[in-house]
Amino acid sequence: MSTVETPGTGYVGQAMKRKEDPRMITGGARYVDDIALPGMLYAEIVRSPEAHATITSIDASAARERPGVVAVFTGEDLADDFPGPMAAVWHPPGVEMNTPPLWPLSRSQVKHVGEAVAVVVADGRYAAADAVEDVVVDYEPRPVVVDPEKALQEGSPLVWDEFGTNRTHEWTVSGGDIEAALAEADVTVEQRFVNHRTAGAPIEPRGAIGELRGDSLTLYSSTQIPHIARFVLSGVLGVSEDKLRVIAPEVGGGFGTKLQVYPEEALVLALAKRLGRPVKWTESRSENMTTTHHGRDQVNYVTLGAKRDGTLTGLKVRTVADLGAYQMLLTTFIPTLGFPVMGGAYKIPAIDITIEGVFTNKFCTDAIRGAGRPEATYWIELTVDKLARELGMDPIDLRRKNFIPREEFPYDTPLGITYDSGDYHGTLDKLLERFDVDAFRREQAELGGRGVYRGVGFSTYVEVCGLAPSRAVGPKGVGLHAAYWESAMVRVHPTGSATVFTGASPHGQGHDTSFAQIAADRLGVDPQNVDVIHGDTDQGPWGWGTYGSRALAVGGEAVARAAEKVQEKAKRICAALLEAAPEDIEMADGKFQVRGSPDKSMTMADIAGAAHIPPQELPTDIEPGLEETAFFDPENFVYPFGAHACVVDVDAETGKVSVVRYVAVDDCGPAINPKLIDGQIQGGVVHAIGQALYEQVVYDSEGQLVTGTFVDYALPTAAELPGIETDRTETPSPVNSLGVKGVGEAGTIGATPAVTAAVLDALRPLGVEWLEMPLTPRRVWEALKEARGRGAGPPPTEQGQEVSEHGGGGAGSGPTGPEEAGAS
Amino acid sequence: MSATVHVGVSVNGERRESDVEPRLLLVHYLRDVLGLTGTTVGCDTTNCGACTVHLDGAAVKSCTVLAVQADGAEVTTIEGLASGSELHPLQEAFWEHHGLQCGYCTPGMIMAAADLLERNSNPSEEEVRHALDGNLCRCTGYHNIVEAVMAAAGREVPA
Repeated sequence: MSTVETPGTGYVGQAMKRKEDPRMITGGARYVDDIALPGMLYAEIVRSPEAHATITSIDASAARERPGVVAVFTGEDLADDFPGPMAAVWHPPGVEMNTPPLWPLSRSQVKHVGEAVAVVVADGRYAAADAVEDVVVDYEPRPVVVDPEKALQEGSPLVWDEFGTNRTHEWTVSGGDIEAALAEADVTVEQRFVNHRTAGAPIEPRGAIGELRGDSLTLYSSTQIPHIARFVLSGVLGVSEDKLRVIAPEVGGGFGTKLQVYPEEALVLALAKRLGRPVKWTESRSENMTTTHHGRDQVNYVTLGAKRDGTLTGLKVRTVADLGAYQMLLTTFIPTLGFPVMGGAYKIPAIDITIEGVFTNKFCTDAIRGAGRPEATYWIELTVDKLARELGMDPIDLRRKNFIPREEFPYDTPLGITYDSGDYHGTLDKLLERFDVDAFRREQAELGGRGVYRGVGFSTYVEVCGLAPSRAVGPKGVGLHAAYWESAMVRVHPTGSATVFTGASPHGQGHDTSFAQIAADRLGVDPQNVDVIHGDTDQGPWGWGTYGSRALAVGGEAVARAAEKVQEKAKRICAALLEAAPEDIEMADGKFQVRGSPDKSMTMADIAGAAHIPPQELPTDIEPGLEETAFFDPENFVYPFGAHACVVDVDAETGKVSVVRYVAVDDCGPAINPKLIDGQIQGGVVHAIGQALYEQVVYDSEGQLVTGTFVDYALPTAAELPGIETDRTETPSPVNSLGVKGVGEAGTIGATPAVTAAVLDALRPLGVEWLEMPLTPRRVWEALKEARGRGAGPPPTEQGQEVSEHGGGGAGSGPTGPEEAGAS
Repeated sequence: MSATVHVGVSVNGERRESDVEPRLLLVHYLRDVLGLTGTTVGCDTTNCGACTVHLDGAAVKSCTVLAVQADGAEVTTIEGLASGSELHPLQEAFWEHHGLQCGYCTPGMIMAAADLLERNSNPSEEEVRHALDGNLCRCTGYHNIVEAVMAAAGREVPA
């Protein structure tokens, strides 16, 4: 741990207004589609309308004749442009993995709707779009499978004949004696969960521009991972990394969907190389829904055992994960990413996990905000609720009984994982200070008497983030062929202002501000004079990007360490000029001074001036300049946690669910900027409310995407939401010197079980015992109708009428679609 | 390629004359012809509201208006909202209340909110939420957006 000082200035911890906002509120931010390069052409992609087919012919002659069209290419035309396929980076040791090659343009067959089969390049957006209509592709359809469990059955159509199975792989992890643990349980509960397929749906769709200048390529891309993109694309294109620059300009949200290297990124580079002109591709929303990776889509079979007094004994889970037709960057890994926290915040002596991956004729799943942990949190929290009912215990009491106590951290789980720090009672206590359960129950009973069905649900989650120890997750560890350190370079200019270069490339998180705060305290400068540069592989050191709630815990720590190195050098310069020993120089009130002698001091501007234009008195053994680089590879993940309460009303006539209150108490360690933390939690919680109540990617039984636009895929809007109440506790992590944990995904991880449990609590008096996401009006209404048919619950005040979920209800209504499809 | 049509539009107080395809969308006219890229595109079904601008003083989704329909009209975009270097109260409030994260929906959100405050200078929280239901944001959960609009209207912000 460093002995470097951060005194006086104290920018860390302040709810500073964001430095990036002035450009964003005035229209001055520059996203990929805002960039126009001289001579730029526009690409549009011809996509498959078939979910599974052989391509028998492609006739592009009419398209080539259209005015404005420069070129049309098929997969075969570009076969030599791509020496390598797109990358999938998880290859766990000892696990056999069926991985088909994914080429930027399909070669002779398609495996999902929307697969790219040709590309049109024209001198304008509209000309390119027109010409796409003139490319005639003949397909010979093949049998389709969309349900992952049916895909595993004997006789199912195969997505890939060559593997002889739709199973991609099976991965297991266990600790403790699960059979003995379940045998000694007095009570076991079992439940099948379906965590349905969702879309990340950033409001900015993807976009990419390829440019060739001399023999160097540049890619402008709406990506979370410019450095990884360069690493992967250099292999796909067969160019050396020094000849490929990747720039992520302003990125309009990612939510994991832009933690990917996509075929279109390779395509625009190949086109720029071939045509010698810049080529832009801008994704439409319908393309975004179709061929930007989806998330979730798991079926989980959960068994949880406990003693009669509520003590948990063992947890067994089998997961079937629908991975879609191909494997992209982290497709196969995402279901496994949740494993460290599958036991939740609880002491469970034996845990046994099996995960099977499955091919279907759908687009790939991969990371969406939370990526494996929301799924795990959903089933562990709802299973604990179910166990509480089985035992006749209050679900809060059951949680408290099994919480890992504060004094047992760092805590080793049976799965060989170490939770860094935690105080689960602390967040729950604070939640219950803000949310009076007894008062709620009185209100609930009173409202119930008037036919208003109100319910509450709780979630006490723990999540794992801050990717993280490279050796533990690397090729010989969990099996990722990547590493997860982060870098920063801090440069102080001759006048004392500074620039921070970070490898973590943001897309809304506010790195410009939080990283400036961290550096400013250590440099003794105002954060307004610290610029943060990111998202350009030609500027600053290599970095792994922003995802998995890692930017602060890994990248922010790298900034702190680089700034501390600068501070050390500044002290040496100061000491030489003030004729003192370096160890006698201290920072006070943002200045460097001889300890206890405020009259003998220098500002960072004084020191930076001397560093760049060395005076005679400065010894020659001090190198000129004032910039330092740090790489930080943490020794462990970090484990944020929290306690959430959700209150909903259910309309018993229509099945419509309304969230009326949401309270979130989260702990991500000491706050760098509380404003940004609250914003992340609010947005994260609403993302989860979206999954729980409104959003679902639906394919029909033929593999056709039913939810291809924002008309059918219902994002939450302001109109159906309450404000999100937030509060915090601060339990430092020992993993980094800042003590911080990630917060970008916590809300999304914690909230789906709270919302679902609240709906179940509201519906219980009406005779509905079990219901799952998405809790659309139709689903709830059908469950109510079924309960009434059984004669359960009180009668409605008037007969329910046929309810259409479609149209007229804004985002309050979910998609209409064949729910037999997919994992539903 | 179709024949072009002449349009004359006052954009942010400046008269602009162009020959455009009749099918050109107003948002593409603003972005690709005039280079005003502050107005963004987030969907193709008029759901997201990222492209919201003011057409003769009223908020419209510029992906659903043809450039030729704006002929002779006055258009205000996010670039024209501030008065010189003085930010519009909504811009100030979005900044102060952290009403944006990735910033992509922000121009449309601010233009929609400005339209609301023109019509109703003293909206309730419910009125703000209802007025913004045609504008999608994936980052903020709307909490701070609503707070910012209330603050810009001089109302006490919700807890």
